[in-house]
Amino acid sequence: MISLIATRILSAIPVMGVVALIVFFMLRLSGDPAAILAGDTASSEQVDRIRVSLGLTKPLYEQFFGWIVQLLRFDLGTSLFTGLPVTTLIAQRIEPTAMLALTTIIFSVLVAVPMGVLAAWKSGGWIDRLVMVVCVLGFSVPVFVMGYFLIFNFAITLRWFPVQGYTSPFTDFGRFLTQITLPTLTLSFIYIALIARITRASVIEVLGEDYIRTARAKGQIELKVLFRHALKNAAVPIVTVIGLGVALLIGGVVVTESVYNIPGLGRLVVDAITRRDYPIIQGLILFFALIYVVLNLIIDIVYTLVDPRIRY
Amino acid sequence: MSISRRDLMAGAAALTGGLVGGLARPDLALAQAAPKGTLRVIPHAALTILDPVATTGYIVRNHGYLVYDTLFAQDENLAVKPQMASGVEVSADKLTYRITLRDGLIWHDDTAVTADDCASSLIRWGKVDGMGRRLFTYVESVTSDGPKVIVMKLKTPYGLVMESIGKLSTNVPFMMPKRLADKPTTERLSADEQIGSGPFRFVKGDFRPGARVVYERNGKYVPRTEPASNAAGGKVVHLERVEWVNFPDPNTALNALVSGEVDYYEQIPADLLPIVSRAPGVKVQNFNPLGNIGMARFNNISGPTANPAIRRAIAKAINQSELLKVAIGNPDFYKTCYSVYPCGTTFDNTAGSELMAKSSLDEARAMLKAAGYNGEKIVLLATTDIPVQSAMAQYTADVLKRIGMNVDAQAMDWATVLQRRTSRNPTDQGGWSMFFTWWEGADVLDPVIQFALSGLGTEGAWVGWSTDPDMEKLRTQYAEAGSLADQKRIASAVQARQFEQNFQVYTGQFFVPTGFRDNVSGILNAPPFFWNIKKA
Repeated sequence: MISLIATRILSAIPVMGVVALIVFFMLRLSGDPAAILAGDTASSEQVDRIRVSLGLTKPLYEQFFGWIVQLLRFDLGTSLFTGLPVTTLIAQRIEPTAMLALTTIIFSVLVAVPMGVLAAWKSGGWIDRLVMVVCVLGFSVPVFVMGYFLIFNFAITLRWFPVQGYTSPFTDFGRFLTQITLPTLTLSFIYIALIARITRASVIEVLGEDYIRTARAKGQIELKVLFRHALKNAAVPIVTVIGLGVALLIGGVVVTESVYNIPGLGRLVVDAITRRDYPIIQGLILFFALIYVVLNLIIDIVYTLVDPRIRY
Repeated sequence: MSISRRDLMAGAAALTGGLVGGLARPDLALAQAAPKGTLRVIPHAALTILDPVATTGYIVRNHGYLVYDTLFAQDENLAVKPQMASGVEVSADKLTYRITLRDGLIWHDDTAVTADDCASSLIRWGKVDGMGRRLFTYVESVTSDGPKVIVMKLKTPYGLVMESIGKLSTNVPFMMPKRLADKPTTERLSADEQIGSGPFRFVKGDFRPGARVVYERNGKYVPRTEPASNAAGGKVVHLERVEWVNFPDPNTALNALVSGEVDYYEQIPADLLPIVSRAPGVKVQNFNPLGNIGMARFNNISGPTANPAIRRAIAKAINQSELLKVAIGNPDFYKTCYSVYPCGTTFDNTAGSELMAKSSLDEARAMLKAAGYNGEKIVLLATTDIPVQSAMAQYTADVLKRIGMNVDAQAMDWATVLQRRTSRNPTDQGGWSMFFTWWEGADVLDPVIQFALSGLGTEGAWVGWSTDPDMEKLRTQYAEAGSLADQKRIASAVQARQFEQNFQVYTGQFFVPTGFRDNVSGILNAPPFFWNIKKA
């Protein structure tokens, strides 16, 4: 196990290096931020002055190696617009995104896994069809449509929840719950569909195995057969999809963050892209890549817990 | 064990009911409204740059007016009035201006405002702002005479000294401590350096760039005794706190206003106005009587639009009324304006304006032919993420095709437009022919303040590099004019010259109203200022 972790950490270094290289040079193709910094009414001379002051007139290789040296000192750089360190900006924004990801994945798992198991158990029946309908809807309805639907009904019409915003649970837990509920429901819809489908397919496969028949023959109650024997043996693909779901949620909730005005990482990266704020974009993409690497490692470790046959 | 349909439904109901019932408490939801004394504002853009002088963005100007103060300011009639200054003495030869600071001025770090600080602030602003740079070509020195007197000495008399240092809009000559003002303009002031003497203090700890900015009332601010009028008069603050909350999605912003979670929505998009105007508890009003002046700027040095006759033909083809209908829609919020100055203001006139006032596609075709146009490509930088600009570009592309031009409308976001338009290359090598934007009325009031009228070409004009020594002569004459009558005469001549040269097409005047809760009062007819506002 320790050698697995060590190998994975070492193999992450070239992965991050390639990501850094691609991100750096792709970004340079999209133009530079000097004109945006200068503003609409700036003269060309002002734009040129800013370009020089930001070091954007230096050769690309010089800029790249400067950035790599910075990274080796664990410094992601400083925002060209705000003058704040990228690490500070990430620290300011990570909590809302992490909380939204956490509540979404917890709610999705709590709903989707029983749904998937039930659908598999009653495969071909009306429960199965109902679950499949929910899954198709979950995949088909765009997140923003679901967001507006929930806002209109539960925030504007019924006034049960606020329209927008985020409050840290460590500041005001009640307010946090009211604000995070609609975004969580919005995002969960698609993850419930994803996890429920995978769960259903895995459990259906397992339910045909001999040991399930044996468990039933021994008189085990159906709930125990389903959740202790079938689900446990079907867990590997489910764990995979949940793990990747968390990674996707960390970097991919920009629409939900926009619809509910949650100041998270998704919005930070989109805002940085529209302004061409290189250090933020580069820093965040590296950060997202790191999260993927770490989560994949965690998923591999969890495999050994849910399936003792897996050994590294 | 078997699970019945009833069990399943009961389980689902318990799950949903538990979630909704446990969390959906109306008292909690209603508690999201901003507390009394706090004005929660949706600004028109996200604030990321905090230096109030180093960039021209309107959002930075608005931030500047909260935290910083000015020596002079314009009132509702656009007359320049003392603000931090108690008065100004001008020598008989009009070469020396002695500006005296009023009592009680303190920086947010609790040190006294000095004349030295203000002299450095003026110098910093004079390096950046178009009007400031012109002023400083006449300035011999800006120094202090003791702690309260700023002395500005000129090389030759200049008619726009007060108009320059009292200008309303971007870049505003905001005052700051000398140690900050002495920084090069390419080094922007950071969140740690937001030290002004304005009526609000910047709360650094609550600053979330792109998401939230918080200001608290500056209890040590001493307002003038005159009533507030535009940027002039007493800046009396009735609020304890102003929070700018940036909303990337206009629908969510609207919903937040309707539900009372925010109090003030600075610029409501035209397509959302019908919904807002029906919402209970929400008022809609235009607080910017000068409005915005739309503009289609030409590349004056490269491609077919380097030819003034072709630029005139394009102007002839554009029908302002049609364009505004397409871009704005609701006639309550736009009007045609064929002057280069905002209609209804001092220098509004009709010289040369028949070019646009009587648009005609047939005449435009004839003018194009006479100009020698031969099917060369016209590259329109068509902004996609700003609806008004997008509509202007689409309308113009259609019109130009109808008069026989070879149009290449390239769709891109505004950030890309800002970059592309700095290119001086030919159109087939990344260059461009036209882009669309607008200026606030306060930024185009006269021939000098209106940067788009500069004829300095690549040596200092706006992008598009309009090059016309005759125009520059006229602008200099305007700046040195001794009377309002002379200024008006020259402003007309400038307008006539613009319509001959046609550096840009003026696409009309439009207004973006503000939405606010009905418990908010005292909003000034001005850019978004937050003094004088009361929240019941």
